[in-house]
Amino acid sequence: MTNQQQATTQQQILAPAAMSRPFSPAMLWHLLPWVIALIFFFVGDGYHSLGTNILVMILFALSLDLALGYAGIITLGHAAFFGAGAYAAGIFAIHFNADPVLGLLAATAIAGLLGLLTGMLILHTRGETLLMLTLAIAAIFYEIANHARWLTGGDDGLSGIRVTPVFGLFRFDLWGKTAFLYALSVLFIWFIIAALVVRSPFGRSLDGIRQNTKRMRAIGTPVWWRLVAMYSLSAAMAGSAGALTAQSTRLVGLSTLELLTSGIVAVMLVLGGERRLYGAFIGAAIYVVVQDFAGSISPFIWMFVIGFLLIIIVLFFEGGLMGIIDSVVAKLKGKADASGQTGKRT
Amino acid sequence: MNVAADNILTVRGLCKNFGALAVTQQVDLDLARGARIGLIGPNGAGKTTLVNLLTGMLSSDAGTIVIDGHHIEKAKPETRVRHGLVRTHQINTLLMETSVRDNVAIAVAERQNYAWRMLRYGPQWRACLDEAQHYLEEMRIGHAGDRRVSELPYGEQRLLEIAIGLSLKPRILLLDEPGAGIPSTEAHIIHEALESLPPDIAILLIEHDMDLVFKFAREIVVLVLGRVLTRDVPANISSNAEVRSVYLGRSVV
Repeated sequence: MTNQQQATTQQQILAPAAMSRPFSPAMLWHLLPWVIALIFFFVGDGYHSLGTNILVMILFALSLDLALGYAGIITLGHAAFFGAGAYAAGIFAIHFNADPVLGLLAATAIAGLLGLLTGMLILHTRGETLLMLTLAIAAIFYEIANHARWLTGGDDGLSGIRVTPVFGLFRFDLWGKTAFLYALSVLFIWFIIAALVVRSPFGRSLDGIRQNTKRMRAIGTPVWWRLVAMYSLSAAMAGSAGALTAQSTRLVGLSTLELLTSGIVAVMLVLGGERRLYGAFIGAAIYVVVQDFAGSISPFIWMFVIGFLLIIIVLFFEGGLMGIIDSVVAKLKGKADASGQTGKRT
Repeated sequence: MNVAADNILTVRGLCKNFGALAVTQQVDLDLARGARIGLIGPNGAGKTTLVNLLTGMLSSDAGTIVIDGHHIEKAKPETRVRHGLVRTHQINTLLMETSVRDNVAIAVAERQNYAWRMLRYGPQWRACLDEAQHYLEEMRIGHAGDRRVSELPYGEQRLLEIAIGLSLKPRILLLDEPGAGIPSTEAHIIHEALESLPPDIAILLIEHDMDLVFKFAREIVVLVLGRVLTRDVPANISSNAEVRSVYLGRSVV
């Protein structure tokens, strides 16, 4: 009894402290990806377009993490929104306005809207049925882009995309430095949104839906609406990634809508680790880098390396590469906590 | 069919068929505010089906379900929850990867309509956590808030299930076998928890453990082959010849 009371009072003291999350040196780790990106910006001459490609794929993988990782929406058709965003940004730039920020917002909104509409259509289903429907929708998007040559250029791709300076100040240069910083800023904004959303009551309810739909219905959750909301947020994010690739490469091809693209982003996410936010960073970065370097030696080598990595990760490391990092950190932290506690007691 | 003034739940003529099999036949059920009703019946009597019909996990073929004047027989499960009709589950459907306190806080957030908040939620979520802790303590598992559900002993998981039910501020609570799977030595924990439930909530207890039912319920409804066989105070139920024969001569108490 006294034990229990002690435990409860301890709890009450601990709980608010844990919530307000005072600054701790460990939180500096969150700066690491951004510091690396900025260092890369200054020293990575000649590789900025590769870097931009990595940032774009990180954003795309992060969007998939929201839908597949956090909400448990099994999808193999996320390229639909990536491609829709890319085409929307390209078409917007050619026919309406070449301002990159406006184009990005338009593409994001359109992809989000498509996510909303298709989500409402398919999110009644789960599991394999849902998987098939996401594949079907991506295939429909692909065929629309393929046949609407007058708008999309068909299999020649969409070219002639113009981009004016960002905010009228920063010109997109030949070496892709501006594009890199532009993509980095967009990724940063989306990352903050994603980090807030997954910790929000909304995000937690989706995590609950992923774990047990029945439970969530029993506590009064409108499951379908909530899934639709997350799906369309994820689609909007994927659309942003697509818009970035359109604006930075000035070219949109049908490959942005391909099944392979959906598959690749899923591989990136699994490689890096689902439901870890930074998993998308590691997975996309490693994938693109290995593809570039090993691919310059032989296309078979990079496929082999990625395939081998993926098998090892899936078989032995649940939670991907980021899962390995997390468990190492947790172990170190456990040691630190233990020593800290004994220190307090004495 | 004169409905008593303080009836919170009124069920009339509820029917459900699975093909040719009538699993629920013309069930009438009244729950007054603060009622403590036990629902018993042999295996296959349709107890769980009845719960699923009431909560909307199954749709009924005929009949009405009225909560406080609102017809809810066509409503979705989540709408029924918002009307105060809450259930706990026979099999654990807790969020195993989530912390114990979060399990309750997610339910509180849903009830408070905070669950759509995506970007600005700090004070609201903290309020949900505080309230969740309150319900955990009410079920005497306040010490376990930070643990993962999967680390919790089975009995405490059952208590958490009830805490989540309570956190939805139910007017009617359907407890589907809260004692299932708990060793008899720990059955008293569940009984004590049930006794401490707020007196104004109407409770329908579905339970195999007759000890628990007869201790807890003030009235018992016996369901046999989808029909209400009888409804009476526990003392009369245990001496009821029909009930005894249904349980194949096995003594009920």
